[in-house]
Amino acid sequence: MTDALILHPALILIGGALLLPLLRGAARDAAVLLLPALAMAALWLLPEGRLWQVTWLDYQLAPLAVDKLSRLFATIFALMAFAGGLFALRQPSRLEVPAAYLYAGSAIGVALAGDLITVFLFWEFMAVGSTLVLWSAGTATAWASSRRYVAVHLAGGVILFAGIAGHLLTTGDATFTGMQTDSLAHWLILIGFLINAGAPPFSAWLPDAYPEASWSGTVFLSAFTTKTAVYVLLRGFPGAEILIWIGVIMIFYGIVYALLENDMRRILAYSIVNQVGFMVVGIGIGTEMALNGAAAHAFTHIIYKALLLMSAGAVLAATGRRKCSELGGLFHSMPLTTACGIIGALAISSFPLTSGFVSKSMVTQAAVDGHLFTVWLFLAAASAGVFLHAGIKFPWFVFFQKDSGLRPADPPVSMRLGMILFAFLCIALGVWPEPLYAMLPYAVDYVPYTAGHVITQLQLLLFSGLAFFVMLNYLKRTPTISLDTDWLWRVAGPVFARRFRDVLQATRGSLTGTLSSGLNAISNLITRHRHPSGLLLRSWPTGVMALWVMVMLLAHLLSDFFG
Amino acid sequence: MSLTQHLSAQLPAHLPALQVVLPLLSAPLAVLLRHGGFAFAIVTAAAWAAFATAIGLWLQVGQLEPGGVISYHIGSWAPPWGIEYRVDRLASFVLLLVSGTAAVVLPWSRASIAREIPPERHYLFYAMFGLCLTGLLGITITGDAFNIFVFLEISSLSTYVLIALGQDRRALAAAYRYLIMGSIGATFIVIGIGFLYLMTGTLNLADMAVRLRAMESSRPVLAALAFLTVGISLKLALFPLHQWLPNAYTYAPSAVTAFLAATATKVSVYVLIRFYFSVFGESLVFHELPLPQIMLWLSLFAMFAASFIAIFQDNLKRLFAYSSVGQIGYITLGLSFDSVHGLTASIIHLFNHGITKGAIFLLIGGIVAVSAVRGAPSMSTTVTFARIAGLGKRMPLTCFGIVIAGLSLIGVPGTAGFISKWYLIVAALEAEQYWLVGAILLSSLLAVAYVWRFVEAAYFRPPPAGHESRNEASLALLIPAWVLVAATLWFGLDTSFTVGSALEAAQQLVRSGQ
Repeated sequence: MTDALILHPALILIGGALLLPLLRGAARDAAVLLLPALAMAALWLLPEGRLWQVTWLDYQLAPLAVDKLSRLFATIFALMAFAGGLFALRQPSRLEVPAAYLYAGSAIGVALAGDLITVFLFWEFMAVGSTLVLWSAGTATAWASSRRYVAVHLAGGVILFAGIAGHLLTTGDATFTGMQTDSLAHWLILIGFLINAGAPPFSAWLPDAYPEASWSGTVFLSAFTTKTAVYVLLRGFPGAEILIWIGVIMIFYGIVYALLENDMRRILAYSIVNQVGFMVVGIGIGTEMALNGAAAHAFTHIIYKALLLMSAGAVLAATGRRKCSELGGLFHSMPLTTACGIIGALAISSFPLTSGFVSKSMVTQAAVDGHLFTVWLFLAAASAGVFLHAGIKFPWFVFFQKDSGLRPADPPVSMRLGMILFAFLCIALGVWPEPLYAMLPYAVDYVPYTAGHVITQLQLLLFSGLAFFVMLNYLKRTPTISLDTDWLWRVAGPVFARRFRDVLQATRGSLTGTLSSGLNAISNLITRHRHPSGLLLRSWPTGVMALWVMVMLLAHLLSDFFG
Repeated sequence: MSLTQHLSAQLPAHLPALQVVLPLLSAPLAVLLRHGGFAFAIVTAAAWAAFATAIGLWLQVGQLEPGGVISYHIGSWAPPWGIEYRVDRLASFVLLLVSGTAAVVLPWSRASIAREIPPERHYLFYAMFGLCLTGLLGITITGDAFNIFVFLEISSLSTYVLIALGQDRRALAAAYRYLIMGSIGATFIVIGIGFLYLMTGTLNLADMAVRLRAMESSRPVLAALAFLTVGISLKLALFPLHQWLPNAYTYAPSAVTAFLAATATKVSVYVLIRFYFSVFGESLVFHELPLPQIMLWLSLFAMFAASFIAIFQDNLKRLFAYSSVGQIGYITLGLSFDSVHGLTASIIHLFNHGITKGAIFLLIGGIVAVSAVRGAPSMSTTVTFARIAGLGKRMPLTCFGIVIAGLSLIGVPGTAGFISKWYLIVAALEAEQYWLVGAILLSSLLAVAYVWRFVEAAYFRPPPAGHESRNEASLALLIPAWVLVAATLWFGLDTSFTVGSALEAAQQLVRSGQ
């Protein structure tokens, strides 16, 4: 009977998200802060095991299953929802926080799902919630990018679903456990997961969409989609070797584009891809140390990336500007934001005594332990690169550099509290990592603060810091646009289609009466269909319909007699 | 023995006859009374009685051993000379769908046709509705080939009248076109039955099947198959013979659209399954002829072309009419697999799509009823996207219901539509047609596009000036519609009824078809 009393943390948040729009004033503020806290409390009251069991279509589903890994991710998602809700408390859009809670609740749902069908359900809810967060920004560019965003995620959902269907049919078991990349179905599942992780060549959706959300929306967006992808990869494909190389590509893709970028939040969005790359590498290495490292890094990354995006959001809310080339010198009037931004920047660069140091070094150490020298080399080089693009570039160009003459004040108290909370956690976890280590899925046999680790990391950071200021002139950004793979479907696709149609229309002139009638049909197909009197849209005369009946009859007769 | 005891002892044995006779009697009574209110009461009572009868038959079939059939001899004339009513698992399943839809739509229709049909014609509407119901139930229950044709004509003729009752002047043209096409289809069907009678000398379907097995497949039999296939394909609106459907659904009164969308094409699918599996036999249809390939490709065309066309419609009823053509593609796709799972998918989708589309058209009918203005009929029955701008605020329950039913059309897990798609995918994987899995899932994305158009218009466009206030449909309109919406959710979660009976029916058919 105790089963019936258990509350599902995801459903607390999702149900609360549906009630939030009804509330006003102080009651709403209280609910915004209480809901994630309630979800967190419910989560920690849950014992381990498959708590809810449902039979559906002959499959055993477990919509609520708890182990160490799922509790770790559900915890950070609930924590993130709380801090995000606090930060967004004064967000004028009434849609954003409920949408974000739907989104966060679904992410918790994925983390607590014991079977693939529940994973898929919450996966799709996440797509809906995040799209709504994106929309609530209310700008035309947000609207346009949300449509591209939702298209990518629905396509990813279709691929994932095809894979899950294949998996269920071959194994007859819906339980979500480790899989091998040995069948088409599992490959489809892996691709579905990787699309959400922002792996190339599908990574462009992330930097395309996230910077278009409102100043608080991006904070939410940065946390859930990619990290649930990391979670499902951790559970589904630990040790799949291909992930090492996909992760390495993601790391460098993120660095290169972030260095080229001028929009402060897009820099941070690219750096999400880069950071998720570290986790994907860890999953690919697949030793206990590496998996611990990937999980821990996901945990700390959510905190410091949210902190960075909060400080960027505070700047955006105060100035309305997004481009590095238009900002600078804000430390005069926004000391708290600057301090928090710098703490986040130090954490993402894995400075000793910050949270990034205690988690990322585990992945690097796992590469060393596994004698993966090339991988280690890449990771070390990338650590320097992270410091360049996120650790120095972001705070330098936004808060220092030239004086842009802007003197905005620090943000309102709710935003400040959100930033302080996460800044505190960044430092606290760096100084005292034991609670985090205790939550990791495997026993931790790793000491971050050895002289070797600290000195290596400091050397790396110092030299890349030096490099930054030596090459400052090259790194100064002008308002340019970097082409990403999404150029293919945003620009090249339509241009190609138009060219194709033009060419076809040109041939009509020269080849009239020969083959051109067929080509015409193709070239005008789309335009004709879009017109109310288009071939298939208009009502056919009765005679034509009767003709079709005859055609069908003939076809059937012929095929029956001679087929 | 008192009369009541006598009745209660005899009643269960005569349920098959009552299934058809009760609605059949209600129609002339409705005409004789010449009063809208009485006609409504009688036909509705008959529909509910038919629903109760269908439930009774369903339970009776369940008590038989698996694969059992209730055989009822009309007038005690033994088959194959007399007319036989046969109720197996599939027939009782379809009877439940048809009578259940009628039992929901009829109470709803009263508030709706008050706005759409002049009061002096109300009794005619109910009479025709009763006849149409009779025809559809008769087609399903009868075990006699010529009887199928007769009931088909009863349902078709009454359908033409029902469509022509639409206030839009284009309804007449739509009814006329359907009349022509429906007659061609019926002619083809009767020609096919004629060929079969010629070759076997019997009209009883079960008897016919036995005799066909005994003879070599000859040209007249193949011709019969071709004529029946094309004729029934026309009635079930298989692409490209679907052209009568969009106009008919668009301009008919809303109650008629909802009833037809949920039942008429589904019963035609039933007839097709009946002829393929219970008469010609699976081996002839699916193993010796290229028919599955033809059906596969036509289904794929339907799934993609019709859904694609639906995206570009401006009229909501027309949009969902085209979506019906696309969804029928899923049903016939399941047939073309020639496997128990494929057939199961078809039968499940026949039911699930019936309730889903019924719900959608009832809710759209609610929009028509709320915004209809008497005196400007052609404008008021047309629900365009411009008219539903911002409707999510004005009619929240109606719009939310359409969204849920729309999710079922897409096939989102938790809705009935998902179950059908799931079995289709199972069948495709079983047949090792992996590309078809992709095709099924991709075509679902087209459904996302047209459902999205509704969401965008209803929730994200500002309402026209002066129309901001809340104006929800009355409870008489909302409750029946939401019964169906709830059913789409229920059958997405608890599948024991739909999957259980479809699987059993499919196994029975495949066994009898071999």
